[in-house]
Amino acid sequence: MIDARGRSCPEPVIMIKKAMTTKESSYEMLVDNRVSVENVTRFAKHEGYAITVEEQGDDFLLHMTR
Amino acid sequence: MSEDIKLTKLASCAGCGAKVGAGTLVKLLQDLPVLQDERLIVGYDKSDDASVYQLDENTAIVQTLDFFPPIVDDPRLFGQIAACNAFSDVYAMGGEPKLALNIMTVSKEMSQDDVHEILRGGYEKAAEAGAIIAGGHTIEDVEPKYGLSVTGFVHPKRVLTNAGARAGDRLILTKPLGVGILTTAAKADLVDQELLEKLYRQMATLNRVARDCMVQFEVHSCTDVTGFGLLGHGYEMAAGSEKTIHIRMDSIPYHKEAYEMADMGFVPAGAYRNRTYAEAHVRFEKETPLPLQDILFDPQTSGGLLIAVAQSDAEALLEMLLEKSVEAAIIGYVAEEEDVAIVIE
Repeated sequence: MIDARGRSCPEPVIMIKKAMTTKESSYEMLVDNRVSVENVTRFAKHEGYAITVEEQGDDFLLHMTR
Repeated sequence: MSEDIKLTKLASCAGCGAKVGAGTLVKLLQDLPVLQDERLIVGYDKSDDASVYQLDENTAIVQTLDFFPPIVDDPRLFGQIAACNAFSDVYAMGGEPKLALNIMTVSKEMSQDDVHEILRGGYEKAAEAGAIIAGGHTIEDVEPKYGLSVTGFVHPKRVLTNAGARAGDRLILTKPLGVGILTTAAKADLVDQELLEKLYRQMATLNRVARDCMVQFEVHSCTDVTGFGLLGHGYEMAAGSEKTIHIRMDSIPYHKEAYEMADMGFVPAGAYRNRTYAEAHVRFEKETPLPLQDILFDPQTSGGLLIAVAQSDAEALLEMLLEKSVEAAIIGYVAEEEDVAIVIE
C-alpha cells in the first residue's frame, strides 16, 4: 500500500504514476484530503483502472483494480 | 540563483492557487467595523479587484495588493510574474499604475542573489508599467513570497468594476486558460520546455496593452481572471452586474496540453475550491468533459482580463487586441438575469 498522507497536490498523483509503471493488476493508496482523492481517481481512470474510495476516519483508502 | 535550492520547493502552494477561497474570504470579512465614506467608489462589497477612492472631480486613486509564493524557480521571472499579477488589478479597474511598494518574505535558504533577482524582476515590470517602486517591507518567513502594493489613478467616471455589464455586451478574454493545471503538471516534469517558456512569457506579460486598448472603447465591466478562475471571476461579474453571462465552450482560448494534464489528475487544489464556490451558479448546457470543466475553474496566475464590451464595439476591440499581439477571443455574451449566473453553451 502507498501511504500519501500528509502529501498535497500533485505529489500523490506523482506517487501513483511512478507506482503504476509496473502495471500491477491492483493498487491501494491512503490519502488524507479530498483533492488527492479526486486527482488520484482521475489518474487511475486515465490509466484504465477502476477505483473505489473507502473513508477511514479522516483518511481515504483508494482501491484501484483492472 | 543557488544551484541546490529550487525556489518552488520552498513554496507549499502554487501562485494564485495559494489564494484563500472566495467563499472563505466572505466569511472572514463579515461583521468587521468598516468606516463609511462616500468617496470610496469601490470597496469590498462587490468582490472587486481593487479599491477606488475619489479625490476630486477628475481623479480617483486605485489601490491594491497582491503577493504569493514562488511559482517558478527562476527568481527574476518569479519577480516579473508577481509584479504583473499585482499591477493587473489596477488595469482591471481601467486605471494606470503609478506607485508601488514591495511586499516580500525571504527564507534563510535563499541567497542574497536570489532575493536581488526577484526584486530585479519586479522593478523591470514596474518600469514597463510606468510605475515607480517607492519602497517596501521585507520580513523573514519559512516560505518566500513576493508581490506589490500598487497605487494607480483612474477618472472617477471611467472606473471599470464587476458591476456594470449590460445585456447584449460581448465578453472578451485576453489570455488563454490552463496555467494552473500546467504549472501543477510541471512539478511532475510533464510539461516540455517550449510550452513552459510560453507559459512563463504569458504570466510575465502585463495587462497594460489590453487595458490601453479597452479604454478606447465602450467597455461596461472588467475583471482580471486570476485565483478564482474564469468561472469564479465570471460569477463575480455576473452577480455584481445582476446579469447572466453565456460562455461558448468552443470559443474559450486555452492551452491544449492542459486537457490531458487535467484528465491525468494534475488539477490544483484551487480549482476544486473554485468549483465549490461557483458550481451552484453554473449550468452546463451540453455534456462537458471533466477536464474542460477543470480548465474553466483553473486558478490563473497573472491571468488575462475579462472584458464586457458593448456589442457594437466588440469586433473593433478584438481586432485592435489581436493586432497588438494580445491572445484575445470573444468567449460569450451578457444576457438579462436568468436562474443561474453563468450558462456554458
